[in-house]
Amino acid sequence: MTEEDLTAPARCTPGEWVEIERVLLVPADRAPGLPAETATTPLRMWLKGFACADAQLGEELPIVTMTGRTEHGRLTAVRPGYTHTFGEPPPGMASIGRDLRERLAAWRSAEDPAREPAGETPNPPGPAGGAR
Amino acid sequence: MGGRFDAIMDRKSEIMLRALGMDYSQYDLTPIAFEYEAMMQAHGFSIDDILGIQREAGVGVTPLLELGNMTDLARSMAPPGHGARIFVKDEAANMAGSFKDRRASMSIHTARLRGYAGVIAATSGNYGAAVASQAARAGLGCVICQEAFDSRHIGQPEILEKSRICEAFGAEVIQMTVGPELFAHMLELLEQTGYFAASLYSTYGISGIETLGYEIAEEVRLRTGAFPDAVVITHAGGGNTTGTARGLRRAGAHQTAIVSASVDLSGLHMASDSDFNRKSFTTGHTGFGVPFATWPDRADVPRNAARALRYMDRYVTVTQGEVFYVTEALAKLEGLERGPAGNTAMAAALAIAREMPRDATLVVQETEYTGAGKHHWAQLAFAREQGVEVRTGDPGDSVPGQSIVIPQRPEQLSVTDVDLARLRRSYVRNALAHAPDGYTPTAVDIGFLAEDTNSDPDWIERAIAGLATGT
Repeated sequence: MTEEDLTAPARCTPGEWVEIERVLLVPADRAPGLPAETATTPLRMWLKGFACADAQLGEELPIVTMTGRTEHGRLTAVRPGYTHTFGEPPPGMASIGRDLRERLAAWRSAEDPAREPAGETPNPPGPAGGAR
Repeated sequence: MGGRFDAIMDRKSEIMLRALGMDYSQYDLTPIAFEYEAMMQAHGFSIDDILGIQREAGVGVTPLLELGNMTDLARSMAPPGHGARIFVKDEAANMAGSFKDRRASMSIHTARLRGYAGVIAATSGNYGAAVASQAARAGLGCVICQEAFDSRHIGQPEILEKSRICEAFGAEVIQMTVGPELFAHMLELLEQTGYFAASLYSTYGISGIETLGYEIAEEVRLRTGAFPDAVVITHAGGGNTTGTARGLRRAGAHQTAIVSASVDLSGLHMASDSDFNRKSFTTGHTGFGVPFATWPDRADVPRNAARALRYMDRYVTVTQGEVFYVTEALAKLEGLERGPAGNTAMAAALAIAREMPRDATLVVQETEYTGAGKHHWAQLAFAREQGVEVRTGDPGDSVPGQSIVIPQRPEQLSVTDVDLARLRRSYVRNALAHAPDGYTPTAVDIGFLAEDTNSDPDWIERAIAGLATGT
């Protein structure tokens, strides 16, 4: 695969998997009783399908969806993928498992000193052990 | 609603009648009362029929796991002799990763049986994945309408993952910006396609959940010799509470306490474009839990089959930070990495188990799948990007939409009880407000309201009198 293949293209050809956008309701047509920050924005939708024409990003085109419906809208992505991730450990998260395993081990040996400390898995010694 | 959606909303009853294949008006008794049990039984499926249909669809019979380490964690902070045995029904083991497979299965079965070419559902949650997966197996078309983005086209990673999984199962996913008009667009699509409305709140959907309560009752009795003392249920629109409780009763577990639990998102407006991405839970929260308990018939069907107040013995809330903490704990202590929203009841269970004796049993009745976007780390990272403060401390100090506080110690896990009498009064107020002007409730209405709120006729009469005098 060339480097060019890896870059999201700016135009599509018929039959390609694409995403389009369409405005369903302009602000004046929105439901009554909405909070102001919602009422002042249009109701928009995005939808994926197979392109029925050549188009550049931003141009109108028809698509055929997975259920076979024909829809139309402005081209927003060609070969759209998914980029959501697992994130990174937020503050205070990474130590929870260590602290709770230590806590359980300590509690179990206090409950029943004859019993082995919890854990088929050895617990690395933690510096703070914030559980107590 | 203005503009071009007016015409479609005017035809709502006619479109839904065709798309559900069920005339709800036949169960009406008065402008307030209707025959709930007759409506629930109209589909004619027995519990054995439903179990059989779900077996064939690959749904249910999920593992019931005893959580020895979570139990000991509860005991380590309980008074002597306290700390109930904690079990969990690992519903993430369903094909599409949640108990919603049960809910979808009966709608898909019915749609196929009646010759519909496809199904449509409005959901940003796991239900979409379940409908898409079941529809794929049944060879039906599937459209899922999702409230996915704010007006900046920024989406909560959990919802983006739901879009992805629905598309992975071959569904057409309509991703929309925030607003209740999503329902009108769904009506348009139902009319255009002639598809079946796989509503979350139909009798099919709720009957499908009954097997969850039924399996729990049977399995716990087999393992411990008795029905569970309490089942803790993550509560949003009321289907999970209603279906699980009905299933427990079908198995004979009439004494099992039904505890519903929601994440506290008080203060956030569910139709607000700016609040939309300031919440880290898209379901299992009070933004659905309270309005749907106090007026179930706000749903997309004429009569909601999910009526949580009928079944709740107790309703508690927990904070977002507590659920994230317990999600991390569950992975590290039990080897069970699951999605946070489904762990709402787990967070509540750790606090509630402390109040119960050691020989008691408590079942958390679901888990949901996790992964990119749905993972609790992903959600906390997103919350920070949206300007929500994430820190450690006392979770009681958190303010939904502004801060998420991760507990420093398990002793900081607690539940806040919601006043059920207040919810019942609110329900009665809503029921009266939806009756025609000047309508006086009859004895039939009083009886119905008593059943629908799990109270008694005297209490309802006092509540109505209190509403009239404003006390």
